[in-house]
Order: sequence, then C-alpha cells, then structure tokens
Amino acid sequence: MLSHLPVLQVILPLLGAPACLILGRGKLAWLFALLISALSFCIAAMLLHTVYHQGVISYALGGWQAPWGIEYRIDLLNAWLLLIVSGSSTVALLAAQSSIDVEIAPEKQTIFFVAWLLCLAGLLGILATGDAFNVFVFLEVSSLSTYTLISLGPKRESLWAAFRYLIMGTIGATFILIGIGLMYIMTGTLNMQDLAQRLPLASDSSTVFTAYAFIIVGISLKLALFPLHLWLPNAYTHAPSIVTTFLAASATKVALYLMIRFTYTVFPSHFSQIDIPLEEIFIVLGITGVISASIAAIYQADVKRAIAYSSVAQVGYMVVGLGIGGVLGLQATLLHVFNHALMKATLFMALAAIACRIGVTTLTSMQGLGRKMPWTSFGFVVGGLSIIGVPLTAGFISKWYLVSAAALSDRWLLVLLIMIGSLLAIVYIWRVVEALYFKPAADSTPLKEAPLAMLLALWLLVFGNIYFGIDTRLPVSISAEAAIALQEGRP
Amino acid sequence: MTLLMSHYNYWIVVALMMVGFFIVIAQGNLVKKIVGLNIFQTSVFILYISAGKIHGGSAPILNDSITVYSNPLPHVLILTAIVVGIATTALGLALVIRINKAYGTIEESEIQQRDHSC
Repeated sequence: MLSHLPVLQVILPLLGAPACLILGRGKLAWLFALLISALSFCIAAMLLHTVYHQGVISYALGGWQAPWGIEYRIDLLNAWLLLIVSGSSTVALLAAQSSIDVEIAPEKQTIFFVAWLLCLAGLLGILATGDAFNVFVFLEVSSLSTYTLISLGPKRESLWAAFRYLIMGTIGATFILIGIGLMYIMTGTLNMQDLAQRLPLASDSSTVFTAYAFIIVGISLKLALFPLHLWLPNAYTHAPSIVTTFLAASATKVALYLMIRFTYTVFPSHFSQIDIPLEEIFIVLGITGVISASIAAIYQADVKRAIAYSSVAQVGYMVVGLGIGGVLGLQATLLHVFNHALMKATLFMALAAIACRIGVTTLTSMQGLGRKMPWTSFGFVVGGLSIIGVPLTAGFISKWYLVSAAALSDRWLLVLLIMIGSLLAIVYIWRVVEALYFKPAADSTPLKEAPLAMLLALWLLVFGNIYFGIDTRLPVSISAEAAIALQEGRP
Repeated sequence: MTLLMSHYNYWIVVALMMVGFFIVIAQGNLVKKIVGLNIFQTSVFILYISAGKIHGGSAPILNDSITVYSNPLPHVLILTAIVVGIATTALGLALVIRINKAYGTIEESEIQQRDHSC
C-alpha cells in the first residue's frame, strides 16, 4: 500500500471525479470531493515525509520499468509542490459549497465538483510524473477542466474569458507537445531522467535548442509570464470566486514547476552552438512583469481584477528568482511558490466571502465593509500585508531571500526594482484597505458576516501566513534541500 | 534543393502550422478560430507520425520475413493527442454555443463591444 503512494496521489482524484458524478446531489458531492482532496493532501504529506528522510521515490507504472514504461518520480521538489496543490485544493473546497450556493445554479453544482477533482488530478499528475509525454496529457486534463470551471462563472463574461483561455492554453500545450516531439526525435526516449542523460550528447544540434525554446514558450503561456499573461486577469476575474482561489494558489505554481523541471533536470545546462543569455531573459521578463502588472493593478476598479494582476506580478518575482539561479535564487523561487500560494489564497478567499454577501467586488461597493464584516476584512488585510512583504508575514521571507539572492549576485538595479514592486503593492493594497475601513458605507443596512465554512478556511490561511512568517523552519529547509538537489543534478 | 526535397514532410508540417496559427490570430469568428486551432494541432500530429516512419519499414507485426520496422510509438502517442484534440474542440464548440446564446454573436469584435458598452 505505502509503496503505491506516488500513483495513488493521482489515481484517487482521477477516479473520484466519475464517482462524484454518480453520487450526485448537492451536499453529498461536496463532502465527497472534500474527502478525496483531504486524502490527497494526507498522501502528499506522507510522500514529502518519506522523500525528505529516504530520498527520491521511483514508481514504475504497471511494473514496466523506466525508460520503457511510465515512471512516477517523486523528489523533494515535486513532493513540496504536491503538498501545496493538494493543500490549497482542500482549503478552497472547505469553503466551496457556501460560495457556489450563491454563484452557481444547484443543477450544475455536481458538475462543478467533478471538474474540480479532474483539475486536481491533472495538476497532481503533472507534478508526479517523470515522463515528458505524460506531462502533456495531464496538462490537458487539468486545462480542459479549468476551462469548464471558469465558464461556470456567474456572468456571461466568464464564457468569453474561458474561450480565450482555451485558445491560449491550447496553443501553449501544443507548443509543449512540439518541444517534446523534437526531443523524442533526437533521443528516442520520453523519460525525463533518460532524456537528461541523452540530450547532452545531442546538445550541439539546433533541434534540441528549438525543442527547449518551444517548451519554455509553451510553459510561459500557461504560467502567464509577461508578456503572455493577457488571458489571466480575465479568467481570474470572471471565474467563480472559489475557483479563482484554487487556481491562483495552484495552477501557475504547477507551470512554474514545469519550467524548473525542464530547465534544471531535463535540458543540458548550456547549448554549445547557440549562446543565449537565458538568465537575463528570465530576469528582464520577470521584473518587467512585476512592475507593469503592479501598475495595472493600481488602476483597476474591480478588486478581484486588481489581485489577479497582482498574481502576474508575483509570477514575475518567481521567474526573477529562477533567472538569478544558484542555490539561493532557486530557493527564493521555491519559497515564493509556497508563500504566494498562501497569500493569494487568503486574498481571493476574502474576496470570495465578500462576493458571497454583497455579490460584487468593486472598490466602491466594498466601502465601509470593515465594520460590517470585520473578520473577513481583517483576513484581507493580513493577506495584503503578506503580498507587500511586511515582516512577520510569510511574504517577507520570500522577498528577503529574493533580495539577498539579487544582492549576492551584484544585481543592485534588480534589488531596487524589487523594492519598487513592493511599494507598488502597498499602493494597490492600500486602496482596498482605505475603502474597507476609512470610507463611509453607501448604505447602513447591516450585513451578516461570511458563512462559517468560509471564515474557517480564510482564517486557516491567515494563520498560515503569520505562522510561516515566524516559524520558517519547514519551508526554508525543504526549499534549501530541493534547490541544492536541483543544482547538483545539473550536469 | 536536396534539403527541401529530403525533408519535405517537415516543410508540410511547418506550412500547416503557420496556416493554423495565422487563422487563430487573424480570424474574428470563433468557429474559424477553432478550425485554425485544429489545423495547428494536426500539423503536430504529422510531425510525430512522419518522424516514426522508416523507409521500407513495415508495421510492427512479428514475422520472420520482415527485418525493418517503423517505430509504432509515435502513433500511440498521437492517438492520445488526437483524443485530447477532439476533447478541446468539443469543449471549444460548446463554449461557442453558450457564447452565441449569451451574446447573440460569435464575432470577436462584437463580443468585445458588447462587454464594454454595458
């Protein structure tokens, strides 16, 4: 049983989805989805524990040994991300029923949970697998269910946002497919470990370089890296609130994982024929994304849209860490993956709670909510402080590591720009805080505080933000070891 | 010239890819966008399948008289990719139907106009 954990991690939500459809009927589907997600989280925690103490787990699917069969390979990097993704899914599902009761018609709620579980299965599959083609299949499983989830949004704009994401997402996935095909043509293998051994032999061929380029561009589309981020603000704004909470905490992280995996594990560290400043490209695109998306966030009338733009900015920080490279840069990225999942889930969860009570999330409609919904509002403030990077919140830790990594590599302009990014975050968070606490309410009708399940999920996240801002042992030690392992694995 | 002729399968792939990609970008009609997306995906299918072909190679059936086999693995991979492509097309068209109901049009420019006017 224990030796089958790597595959159970993926199979459980994958089989849970049709089972959820058969179970049907409102609350039962929700409880079942929550149970499956919580079990996935437990499996992820057990996997992380095993990998941390005993090293890499390799699981041959159906007993067919790699490189012929499909291998599931769990190392510290993807065990860490499995925990983040299954954790954010569980916390979001906890609040899901209360949120979709307001936003989604009762007859569609079962489908909603089916799509959710499929999306979870896809995301976990991308993380667990050690086979390049398997990555593409799971990528499409998660993407197709994500389009469905987004299109369930309350307004008709959600359909248009889902369609645009479908076009962009499919182009991105097809680019990745082209890249994998070119790699296969050059090496005759699809197993990532096998590819890592064989690709250096062909690294003077421009085909391998083209494969890498296709894969990176395809992943950047899914990651919403500037300037390929245009689908994200629309998709996040118009999706059902709770779906945004889940996607913001998981989907971009999984894309970033793929970027790290292909850059560090699969491809040779340098291409002998083509000399391209990859680090500089990552840093410039990342920091441009940080600044431009933060400025865009300041001018949004809808808070949900502003926070969606903030997601693009945060992805920028992660890619900057990847560009700086080295153990410290990688560690900063991995820390930010975890911390950003925490803080973005907090912010979107608070917005979901607000949308649940007043129906919209525009800045003007949120005036005076600080008194009417004190617990929700305060949760938003803590999430906001974390985004800015105030000490004693999780956001501070990753910003600190990112700035140290930039300073140690003598990139002082970059340090300055990261600081400016944080200042811009203060501006777009402050606008919301001002509306919540310092503007009079438009009308004095009393509002009920958010439903208990949502408050519980929100305060779990708030607690996480503060706890991991103070006691950083767990994320710091895991990200450090994962970064070292990646750096050593690089030929 | 030899480069052109000996790799003609790749040239077809590149041409189809560009045609499909261009349709997705240039066409405002949502159904046509999906058609473009399909052509784009099909080009990748041909890339895989043509790479698996070996001149004079046979289908992978064990027989003493056959010595050269074509690689069957790309076919299997692309079978999966075709299924994914069909699912994407179906979902895309379903969304187009819903968009048509909600907006009364499937032209990109008109949809954007209606979103901004209200």
